[in-house]
Amino acid sequence: MPTPARHLLAACALAAAAALSGCALAPPQPWERGNLAKPEMTMGGDALDQRFVQHIYGSKENASGGYGVGGGGCGCN
Amino acid sequence: MNLRLVCLRQRVIALCLTTLSASVAWAIEAGAPAPEVNLPGVKDAISLAGLKGKVVYVDFWASWCGPCKQSFPFMNELQSKYRAQGFEIVAINLDVKRDDADKFLAEVPAQFNVAFDAKGDSARRFEVKGMPSSYLIGRDGKVVVAHKGFKEEDRKDLEARITQALASK
Repeated sequence: MPTPARHLLAACALAAAAALSGCALAPPQPWERGNLAKPEMTMGGDALDQRFVQHIYGSKENASGGYGVGGGGCGCN
Repeated sequence: MNLRLVCLRQRVIALCLTTLSASVAWAIEAGAPAPEVNLPGVKDAISLAGLKGKVVYVDFWASWCGPCKQSFPFMNELQSKYRAQGFEIVAINLDVKRDDADKFLAEVPAQFNVAFDAKGDSARRFEVKGMPSSYLIGRDGKVVVAHKGFKEEDRKDLEARITQALASK
């Protein structure tokens, strides 16, 4: 392969690698989660249905949390 | 959605949290001098320098944060109880939109200093790691307690630390 093409390939690979880490570099800070905390950002569709499901998990399986970010995500609420 | 999926998701979240926490410094600790705060309040600007010599309870909150809402009656109670002894609460709002904060305050009254920091610079300086976060600052301007989150059962301990800080010169 001629050198310029190789350089171009290397540059492309570098750019691709940089783009890969793009999302991981700036995670939202605890106080920047206002939009994520909106009810429409939760995984489920129907709020009532979600509450029902959560109640079942809470009472039968002692599992809770992981539904939206009402608290700051420090795991302390 | 079955339990296995929930477990998987929690594992993914835990993994995300560990990578996240590895990349950022730990929060401000007791004994460190409190970073300066100078922010617009409801009426006048609020600065920590202006409250020097008092015991200050700095609280970071946002309208979308459930536990923050729970902590407001507690803070109202503290402020009225200890104001005479030189105690001030500075609750810093971190909402991006001031409207959201105003709506919240109309619903949940605050009888203490409220400051607004839409950019979150103060939270960055205090190295806030969760919402709400509160910092008790002694009369000497040093952080006495750095507290994350708010639960009803935290009340007693926090109040004890405040009375302790008020008693020491």
